[in-house]
Amino acid sequence: MEKKLKVAALRDGTVIDHIPSDKLFKVVQILHLDTCDNQITLANNLESKKIGSKGLVKIADRALEEDETNKIALIAPNAKINIIKDFEVVEKRPLILPEEIREIVQCGNPNCITNHQPVTTRFKVMKNEEELMLKCIYCEREVKRDQAKIR
Amino acid sequence: MSKNSLVSISDYSKEEILSILDSAANFEANPNRKTLDGKVIATLFFEPSTRTRLSFETAVIRLGGSIIGFSDAATSSSSKGETLNDTIHMVSCYADAIVMRHPLEGAARYASEVSPVPIINAGDGANQHPSQTLLDMYSILKTQGTLENLNICLVGDLKYGRTVHSLIMAMSYFNPTFKFIAPEELKMPDEYKIFCKKNGIKYTEETELTGNFNDADILYMTRVQRERFQDLMEYERVKNVYTLKKEMLENSKPNLRILHPLPRVTEIDPNVDTSEKAYYFQQAQNGLYIRQAIVSKVLNQQ
Repeated sequence: MEKKLKVAALRDGTVIDHIPSDKLFKVVQILHLDTCDNQITLANNLESKKIGSKGLVKIADRALEEDETNKIALIAPNAKINIIKDFEVVEKRPLILPEEIREIVQCGNPNCITNHQPVTTRFKVMKNEEELMLKCIYCEREVKRDQAKIR
Repeated sequence: MSKNSLVSISDYSKEEILSILDSAANFEANPNRKTLDGKVIATLFFEPSTRTRLSFETAVIRLGGSIIGFSDAATSSSSKGETLNDTIHMVSCYADAIVMRHPLEGAARYASEVSPVPIINAGDGANQHPSQTLLDMYSILKTQGTLENLNICLVGDLKYGRTVHSLIMAMSYFNPTFKFIAPEELKMPDEYKIFCKKNGIKYTEETELTGNFNDADILYMTRVQRERFQDLMEYERVKNVYTLKKEMLENSKPNLRILHPLPRVTEIDPNVDTSEKAYYFQQAQNGLYIRQAIVSKVLNQQ
């Protein structure tokens, strides 16, 4: 089979690979890449042996901070993050779900204060019988991680 | 942000709960004191709740404090579109503590984050109402002489009833055994059953209210609300099945006491009121002492 790079190689920056295709633009959104001035390459619906169809993000000249990459753990826990320097991978960044998730999740309870007033959402990450749950710090309702609504 | 706020019953440890109950007993022995002399307490009721508001206001006045506030959002600046953040900041310029009832869940937690003075949650939507839970516990302690190892039977709307949820959390420190009696539509949600399992609390579930509480020390009744039912025929059936009648008490334990957060509708037959086991009106009065204890604690005026 022909093996060809569909996306140009990166000299310095961050590569986020193995993003499920339907989550690519969520990743763009939670990293605020729409307002980022660096060169950004997005690719989607690439073939992937592991997950069928994947997306990919390359951000030139910017190494993402850990608290930024950890946000990705919420929506694409199996994404691979590589920090590149001079065409070499200098760091394979593990994804760790933070103890508290701020801002990016919207509370599913329509009667929660965060859906009515200008309040930054905050969720505690909890384990409930082996299942990861997010608990709204305000209305105290819990939601399963994979059912959390991303803003 | 004030550290002294009381937003959720889970904010208090076992020791803090016991110390509040102890303090309430002192206030019951001597409810009129001047320990809050010169203090101003705001009662902000964005949703009307006459019972809770009068109870808090009486508690403050009997301790020599003064009250400012409103009892209906329509007469407050929130009706002009002011944010809760701004209202809380404005009121905290005048008051030493704020008692707040709000229709939105999480409003009290948010207020406690932005407020420089302590917030006492007097109910945030269907979420928390910690002074109710504490007065329930005080009533249990007073009537049983202990909180440990009791058989507690919870009856009625166990799905939406926030008082029963908070009571399970708070009683979890004292090795209770629960019986949940609720119609299919209003059964105890899984998250509370998981909580019981995690904390080693025994419980059983039943769907009919008959005389099936003969081993109970506490029978905690709640109101089955019409608006919770999609099928109104089902509501009519349930309403009649979930009525506590005096004859059902015949074989119950002598120390059994019946609690209800009130208001009651049809779930307790009025002829039960004359039974010595009926305790719901005294329970409401206990709320006064508990609220004196809470206000004193958040203001460090015990």
